[in-house]
Amino acid sequence: MLHIVNKSPLTSTTLDSCLNTAIGGDILLIEDAVYAATCGNAAEAKLKAAMGKFKIHVLMPDLEARGLGNNMSAGVIPVDYAGFVDLTANNKSCQSWL
Amino acid sequence: MSTVKKFMFVNRKAPYGTIYALESLEVVLITAAFDQDVSLVFMDDGVYQLKKGQQTKGIETKNFSPAYRALEDYDIEKLYVDEESIAARGLTEADLLVNVTVLNRAEMGALMEEQDVVLSF
Amino acid sequence: MKFGIVVNEGPYQHQASDSAYLFAKAAIAKGHEVWRVFFYHDGVNNASKLTEPPQDDRHIVNRWTKLAEEHKVDLVVCVAAALRRGIQEENLAAGFRISGLGQLVEAGTQCDRLVTFGD
Repeated sequence: MLHIVNKSPLTSTTLDSCLNTAIGGDILLIEDAVYAATCGNAAEAKLKAAMGKFKIHVLMPDLEARGLGNNMSAGVIPVDYAGFVDLTANNKSCQSWL
Repeated sequence: MSTVKKFMFVNRKAPYGTIYALESLEVVLITAAFDQDVSLVFMDDGVYQLKKGQQTKGIETKNFSPAYRALEDYDIEKLYVDEESIAARGLTEADLLVNVTVLNRAEMGALMEEQDVVLSF
Repeated sequence: MKFGIVVNEGPYQHQASDSAYLFAKAAIAKGHEVWRVFFYHDGVNNASKLTEPPQDDRHIVNRWTKLAEEHKVDLVVCVAAALRRGIQEENLAAGFRISGLGQLVEAGTQCDRLVTFGD
């Protein structure tokens, strides 16, 4: 299953809820959630800890728009919109954690 | 509509502060009317939707909480509440308007995997 | 593959409509079908033909209209949400139609994937 998160980890507990509930699969960070996947962000450690359980992807156009295109955490998989579509198609279902 | 799919509605927002809780109920009822397999999940602030004793007169807004009690009339009986979320809000099952199944996070995650369509509110 | 998309937020306020549009465009570019986009909550404001952004900004409404025209995407605006917010036939942009929530359920049953963009 693909889990899509769009909230900054510092203003919302959405990423925590997703990481604590989802049993595995792919997580895609879009919009303000991309901040979670940047070096030095307070959420970086929990994201890294979750990498054994999930494949964590980040939508690069959103990261680049926010001036952090070169600050992506190691181990996070960058995708463009085509990659976003592939993730959706390759998983049986998807959930947007709004 | 002949296709029957498993629809899950994930409610993670408190009522009244935004419109999503009310709109979720609308879609749930329509989905049941289309004879789909419907499950409702309440987690995070979404559990506040089920709090007993809502009085909305003072905010001049319709109290839609009685509608949760009417869900069973539409054969919507799969209501799941996240254990951690009610505990974190100082609530227990006794504070909720309707009978629900309380699940831990792992059980909730497994249930999400079984769905065909997951709509979040 | 057949995709359905749900847009829950209005244009220019939240990134949801932009993300949804870029996703739809990418899906079509990869040979998928975007069968329906359902606009719900404040998302119905994406359908106002009275929308006039500044010259140097993207025209979110026209972009949806063009996508509908070029790729036969069914743009459906939730009737109850629309009437609440003053979106009616008179000010509905080309390519959009107003209909009920059943259209959202149908997108769920008919599409291989349903992807939601919101807040």
